[in-house]
Amino acid sequence: MSALNRPAQIFIGLLVLGAVLVPWLSLATSPASHLHIPEYVVTLVGKFLCYALLAVALDLVWGYCGILSLGHAAFFALGGYAMGMYLMRQIGVRGVYGNPTLPDFMVFLGIKSLPLTWWGFNHFAYAMLMALLVPGLLAFIFGWFTFRARVSGVYLSIITQALTYALMLSFFRNAMGFGGNNGLTDFKDIMGFRIDAPTTRAALFSASALALVLGFIIARLIVTSKFGKVLVAIRDSEARVRFLGYRVDRYKLAVFTISAMMAGLAGALYVPQVGIINPSEFAPQNSIEAVIWVAVGGRGTLIGAALGAILVNFGKSWFTGALPNVWLFALGTLFVLVTLLLPRGLPGLFSRKPRPLKGLPSPGPSSPIGEEPHAAS
Amino acid sequence: MFRIAVVSVSPVSRALRAGLGAIVALLICAAPASAGHGDEALARFTTDRFADTAEGIKALVASHLATKDAILQALGEGRLYFDPVRKQVYFKDIKGRLDDAKTGAPAAGVTADALKTVRVSNLVRSALQDARGSTGLTSSDPAKRLAAAHDAFRSHDPAALAAIDAALAKEKSPQVRRALAAAGAAIIALNSKAADQDRLQAVAVIGKQNDAAAISLLSQLRDGPKGDVQAAAASALARLQMQAAVWSGLQNIWYGLSYGSVLLLAAVGLAITFGVIGVINMAHGEMVMLGAYTTYVVQQWLDIAHPDWLGASLFIAIPAAFIVSGLVGMAIERGIIRFLYGRPLETLLATFGLSLILQQAVRTLFGADNRDVVSPYFMRGTFPLGGLSITFGRMWIIVFALLVFAALQLVLRATPFGLKIRAVTQNRRMASAMGIDTNRIDALAFGLGSGIAGIAGVALSQIDNVSPNLGQSYIIDSFMVVVFGGVGNLWGTMVAAMSLGVANKLIEPFVGAVLGKIIILVLLILFIQRRPRGLFALKGRAVEA
Amino acid sequence: MPPLKLTQSLLYLDGVSVAFDGFKALRGLSLSLDDGEMRAIIGPNGAGKTTMMDIITGKTRPDSGEVLFGGTHDLTTMDEAEIANLGIGRKFQKPTVFDNHTVEDNLLLALKAARGIWSVFVARRHAAGNARIDDILGLTGLGDARSTLAGGLSHGQKQWLEIGMLLAQDPKLLLVDEPVAGMTDAETAKTATMLKHIARDHSVVVVEHDMDFVRSLNVKITVLHEGAVLAEGPLDVISADPRVIEVYLGR
Repeated sequence: MSALNRPAQIFIGLLVLGAVLVPWLSLATSPASHLHIPEYVVTLVGKFLCYALLAVALDLVWGYCGILSLGHAAFFALGGYAMGMYLMRQIGVRGVYGNPTLPDFMVFLGIKSLPLTWWGFNHFAYAMLMALLVPGLLAFIFGWFTFRARVSGVYLSIITQALTYALMLSFFRNAMGFGGNNGLTDFKDIMGFRIDAPTTRAALFSASALALVLGFIIARLIVTSKFGKVLVAIRDSEARVRFLGYRVDRYKLAVFTISAMMAGLAGALYVPQVGIINPSEFAPQNSIEAVIWVAVGGRGTLIGAALGAILVNFGKSWFTGALPNVWLFALGTLFVLVTLLLPRGLPGLFSRKPRPLKGLPSPGPSSPIGEEPHAAS
Repeated sequence: MFRIAVVSVSPVSRALRAGLGAIVALLICAAPASAGHGDEALARFTTDRFADTAEGIKALVASHLATKDAILQALGEGRLYFDPVRKQVYFKDIKGRLDDAKTGAPAAGVTADALKTVRVSNLVRSALQDARGSTGLTSSDPAKRLAAAHDAFRSHDPAALAAIDAALAKEKSPQVRRALAAAGAAIIALNSKAADQDRLQAVAVIGKQNDAAAISLLSQLRDGPKGDVQAAAASALARLQMQAAVWSGLQNIWYGLSYGSVLLLAAVGLAITFGVIGVINMAHGEMVMLGAYTTYVVQQWLDIAHPDWLGASLFIAIPAAFIVSGLVGMAIERGIIRFLYGRPLETLLATFGLSLILQQAVRTLFGADNRDVVSPYFMRGTFPLGGLSITFGRMWIIVFALLVFAALQLVLRATPFGLKIRAVTQNRRMASAMGIDTNRIDALAFGLGSGIAGIAGVALSQIDNVSPNLGQSYIIDSFMVVVFGGVGNLWGTMVAAMSLGVANKLIEPFVGAVLGKIIILVLLILFIQRRPRGLFALKGRAVEA
Repeated sequence: MPPLKLTQSLLYLDGVSVAFDGFKALRGLSLSLDDGEMRAIIGPNGAGKTTMMDIITGKTRPDSGEVLFGGTHDLTTMDEAEIANLGIGRKFQKPTVFDNHTVEDNLLLALKAARGIWSVFVARRHAAGNARIDDILGLTGLGDARSTLAGGLSHGQKQWLEIGMLLAQDPKLLLVDEPVAGMTDAETAKTATMLKHIARDHSVVVVEHDMDFVRSLNVKITVLHEGAVLAEGPLDVISADPRVIEVYLGR
């Protein structure tokens, strides 16, 4: 299987085309033209592309390696905070208190000097590096303990959820020094450009599309290599892989860390487009919603995961606009129906080729039966 | 505690009488001797000068005026007025009616516009406190006498000593006697002119008084001039502070047990569905939430149909919540979960979807705001236990949690249904071969776990906000409790809930509630990583294969 | 310092005990296997056969006792992957293959090669490996199923694939747990041939209930009972031993 097979080529081609065409249609056409794309649509779709990258990251660990992370929102939010901190430092004297170095909320809280954690965030490159490294490091440390202790299955899911929950509570505290409840907002500039200028919006859209291309290619390279085959083997029968001589914990750790960094990148691109980052981004529900994007698009497909994210979020935008009370019913029903009827997501509806279902217990000592509690055998 | 304090009364009163004759005589002479009809006292309230007002208070206390308590009360609450022209004093009663201060009768033809308020300064306030001490001491209401004794303790005005001594001679209530003795001791201890021996004895009495006022008084003495009294006060203070620390530790453990029993209630149903049947039910929190809303509905219904039964609402709500949540749980099991057995991750996602649906359904039916659930009388109020203050609500929840736990153990261990659940858990195929309808047992066991969650909701409605998000705040904690305690082990769940509750409340005073929760959560994550199967995990091949 | 060789045996177990929640699965089990030897292990349910394999492969740690491989490696201090890389392969009681990989990919993953993440990421197919896979496909009779997903194989084919994966690993010692359980007679005969072929250049330990199958292997037999060795020797000696007859054969 080639890393860039025909569907992958089409997917990448469309994204690159979009990265060029959408800004052009938004900026160079007159608002009266049929081809004109309004600025809000550019931002909205740009946001969805960030979600799509998050979905690809999640599919890499869940779809291919069977690690159902309910904490990927944490990596996304950490990347977002890194970007938010850069954007806060760019405000400078234009803040309400006009302090050249301290963000408004610090002046408000009576903080006299810039905390160590905020040093260097006036440099864009440093902030981007942190947007990758901080989620990566957290994933590495967390995974180091977890995978070596062979925590897997639902136990892992529950403690990833606890992780993001603990982070949410932490970021709500003013003492953390990241703006507490209100988070970081009122951004002005990014890399010297006004953040709400149409050109900046268009550029952020293109950056998101290209980041998705980059993340997708990396993910494809991984899953089509022998490394990827080991990941799938771990998903299907972890013990067998171990008895073949592979260090399962290291494989999991590697793919989990890479995935967390991708999620961090997605978060970093997301924040300048929505203009705010606050602790509610860590909410466990966000992580689970991301899981359903992947489930809808079909896990273990990458392209499907990305499309699932875009599709579900279009649905969310439409519902919350037209029928706000119905959205949670729809989302909840989606969870139930997809897991019950479409274990391979929407693509499963059209696929003729029968394949063994993932996640079904395979007989043998290495099946999930031994690792997780459940009733039937 | 109590007994020692009571015993200590008699030596103190002896000390008071023996050692203080001279001082008492002196003080009595210093007090205004002209006890009269009170005109002179009232006149002093009309000069609009604080010093005069304070003198007026003393004069009033000495007078026989029938309205003096009401006047002092009104003065303290800013309801005392005077007519600067006619030099008359009035007070407003509770309904806002103006009464003549001297007679207490309604004052005809006086309007508030013509009057000025008798102003209150610190000087006046202190005089007022002294006055209340000596008037209240003679009150017929023991509660008022007790309050007056406490006031006298705080003000430790030497002028009150005679009154205290007199009151002590007549007092019958041991509690008031103790307070009076302490008040007298406070006056003597702070009187640097009194004999050291008397002062030392007084310090000893105060040292047995375990409250904030005693601590503040003793620290005042400790920081005073050096000497025997100072040293005695310092050691008494150290002992008191030690005691206070122990009591506050115990109080925190009590809070912890109370929080732990809330965790236990929320988690014990999960211990059945997750621990015993092995289903990851993310909608478990919503089963709790449904129980809380059932309580609300039961109360609404009683309010309309049988208002006099409202006090018993919880007893009706408990079975109702069990049935509502249990039925919803069984419907979920039959409708969704049974198709997902053996696929725990899918079960997790599907039940999460259900939790969204249930939350939104409740939000649509009842609105997003908190609903008011009334606490019946037996859940309200506090009582002291040693140095602890125990709220009835928390106490009953602890009792209730333990009862629910015991009942559950009984069902699992002593009923045929429990036997079948355990059989299915241990060996599904064998159980099925022996004629147990495993599908039915699955559904019933799931209903049992969900029903208990509903009961937990009844308890939580008493201490938490009843809102659609109620369940969400408990789901992660509940999972942590079950995993910490060891999946499939009910006793483990109990120990885990209680130890997490206590640990939480012991850490809280040092780092605050949120950071405390974070620390516990992080410690738990680390613990689960070290021992993925919990505190009391089953070992060996049984769980591996 | 070169490790001191404590024994000439390839596999050496001495006084191995392990208990689960009070149940003594193994009580002082001692066993020694020579290089190149094929050994059959029989015993009633609960005799400790699978637990013994768990201990040799690092899945379970013994409470006491010595487990040495090649006379130098203390297996009780190693994890599953280390032990596998030392050259011990294991076939589970129930066939355990990667259902979502093709037969060929199953073998590819098992094939002896570097197991580090980076080397696996950059690994490319090479001629020697392909030839080896072709050999094994031929030996196990799975040539036609090369591109089939392993999840679609029959029970017997899965067993053979798993044996094939063991071969691809090229271990010094193969542990094979009940290879013919649930097989037809024809499949059983084929499996026996396959194992005898493998035993030519590997040491093999076979755990099996099927006495006909054990007889057809014609090798030294160890009888386990209640976590310890009850008897050891050729089939005719074993089947004449009254203790063995009492606990096992007689029933």
